[in-house]
Amino acid sequence: MLHGPAVKLDKDNSAERKSKLGVKLFLIYALIYAGFVFIGVSKPDLMGVRVFFGLNLAIVYGFGLIVLAIIMGFLYNLACSKLEDKLNKEEE
Amino acid sequence: MIYDVSIFAIIIFVVFVVVVLGLSFYFARKTKSSASYYAAGGSIHWGVNGIAFAGDYLSAASFLGICGMIAYSGYDGFLYSIGYLAGWIVALFVVAEPMKRMGKYTFTDALDYKFNSRSIKLTAAISTLIVSIFYLIPQMVGAGDLVVPLLGLPHWVGVVIVGSIVIFIVATAGMTSTTYVQFIKGGLLIIFSIALTTLILKKGLNKEPYENYHKFITLKPVLDQDTIVRGIEGDSTILIVKQIAVGKNKLVKIQKDSSEKWFNLISKKENLVLEEMLSITTTKDGQKFYNGAPKSKRLFYQVGHLSKIISKGQEVESTGATNPFNFLTKIEDSEIIRYSKVTFADDENNVTAWFPVTTSGKDIMKPGLLYKLSGSNIWEKLNFISLMLALFLGTSALPHILIRYYTVASQRDARKSTIVAIAAIGFFYVLTLYMGLGAMVNGVLDLESSNMSGPLLAKSFGVGIFSIISAIAFATILGTVSGLIVASSGAIAHDLMDKYFNMKMPDKTKVRAGKISAFGVGVFAIILGILFKGMNVSFLVGLAFAVAASANLPAIIMVLFWKKTTAKGVASSIVVGILSSIIIILFSPTMYEKYGLLKADALIPLDNPGIISIPLAFLTLVIVSLYSKKKETIS
Repeated sequence: MLHGPAVKLDKDNSAERKSKLGVKLFLIYALIYAGFVFIGVSKPDLMGVRVFFGLNLAIVYGFGLIVLAIIMGFLYNLACSKLEDKLNKEEE
Repeated sequence: MIYDVSIFAIIIFVVFVVVVLGLSFYFARKTKSSASYYAAGGSIHWGVNGIAFAGDYLSAASFLGICGMIAYSGYDGFLYSIGYLAGWIVALFVVAEPMKRMGKYTFTDALDYKFNSRSIKLTAAISTLIVSIFYLIPQMVGAGDLVVPLLGLPHWVGVVIVGSIVIFIVATAGMTSTTYVQFIKGGLLIIFSIALTTLILKKGLNKEPYENYHKFITLKPVLDQDTIVRGIEGDSTILIVKQIAVGKNKLVKIQKDSSEKWFNLISKKENLVLEEMLSITTTKDGQKFYNGAPKSKRLFYQVGHLSKIISKGQEVESTGATNPFNFLTKIEDSEIIRYSKVTFADDENNVTAWFPVTTSGKDIMKPGLLYKLSGSNIWEKLNFISLMLALFLGTSALPHILIRYYTVASQRDARKSTIVAIAAIGFFYVLTLYMGLGAMVNGVLDLESSNMSGPLLAKSFGVGIFSIISAIAFATILGTVSGLIVASSGAIAHDLMDKYFNMKMPDKTKVRAGKISAFGVGVFAIILGILFKGMNVSFLVGLAFAVAASANLPAIIMVLFWKKTTAKGVASSIVVGILSSIIIILFSPTMYEKYGLLKADALIPLDNPGIISIPLAFLTLVIVSLYSKKKETIS
């Protein structure tokens, strides 16, 4: 017996394009996250340099990663909803 | 440290429990099918599910642990907030929708979607159980730890109370009641963290955090041969009992009015002085003395303050109310008194003592106090990379988080609820920095237990908010434990009994099997919570993350993106991921210290296994998949 979702899902023609977009956004975020880790490891003193409103790089980059995750999440949802509306409607 | 039992906290907690039990009763009547038991019938609104995600994810480790770590180690504690949140990006962009599309009730379903393989069912179910139980133990121990000071009850009673309530929640209405418990808890946690942060900013920074804040005294010693203390200048009633060297520190035990205290001989303005320390002496028969007196004398003071505050280029006594940016920049400009720990033997007694260390705000506000990244030690750097890697990849592989994707109606709802979760959790994690730093500088730290930093900070603002925050801390444990028990009962009843052993249960029996499993796991969790009492088990959460990132994530990613993946490849990568991460941790410096051995002798000089175990699991999957495919083609 194969498994299926707990609720019946409609066919989703946009799945592939959404998945490609997701992977792209993931790679962008992973790169920025890796940049944070790289500075921490290779140039830890750089983290103490003040960059913005008197806040140092550690705070700006750290808060930035959190805020960026939220913003990218919203944008991804907008793009995916658009794709779903467009591609799933076309088929009907 | 002494805590007063707060009646208000008890009332709030009881109200919360009554509401939760009422909800469970209400939903129990509707929970007849396995879809409603394991996945709340896929009928939860995405907004509710998003906040429930936050309630599920923000465990005691997040709320109590991270605030405590920031309060003691500054920015290094905040690294956990950044990593834990970043992990949600993997969940949203890569895992959320396919999980919803491929799975039914459990993470095993999704992995096994293409294969229908017994080995995947078995290994993924075992991985779910290992990760969930590692995660459960610290929550249960934490439940007991909270009950002792706040309700004045023994540790085991706390464990039994939390365990019993959770068993009731899960065994009545499964995922539906669990979802609403997590929703209420997640919402309350965020609302009251905002309230606490507002109070911190309104108070601003003060050199004397509150009236009667203990001022540590310094004594002028009478010295012999430069550093041997013979007496105290101007006070012949103080006797010098002993002087010992512990590392670089020269510690002196003095006696006054038949009570004994430890002092540290330090150089201040080119003169040697004796600086008061805080100490806990444990005698051979297990009795504890706090600064030379029983606990009830309350001589073990709460500490942590600013020794110098710079505001607009001037040194000031206090800043008054401040905005979120200025709060951070002013701490960075100032100097903070933190406490360093030494442990040593004093005849037959064991002594743990703390001495004040002045730390520049600049060092507090960047990584480095816990993770020594400035040095040339390559293992320190690898450890840091490994930690950040496991945090990033662990979240989207935690079974109790993944099952929440099955409670909503569509892939779009799964995605939307993940975004609500990211926003709620991200916002909370920003607040952890304020709550942690607030605890660091407001004279509230209990050096015996860093985990109590958040609730104790709340206490400095009044009994009302302290009681609410403490009750939420309990609720936090209830919410997370419920999620873990649902995940474990799904692994036992759905993955193992129904699928692996092919027991062909009718739907009603499947629900009953789930409920019995939940009861069994709940009782097991209670026993573990009691057995592990007093042990520092917070590392188990890290271990759970490492095992999840090593055992589950490579399998999820490759099933989604690599067409040559085979069932054998998936199963072997799960096994290699579990074993390698656990073995590396068992031989790590932290564990060596726990065994009573020298950290430097550890077989593997890494505390965080991710950097080795994650690539190893990926590699195993690729090699075994290619090999088994080749064998298949030949045959």
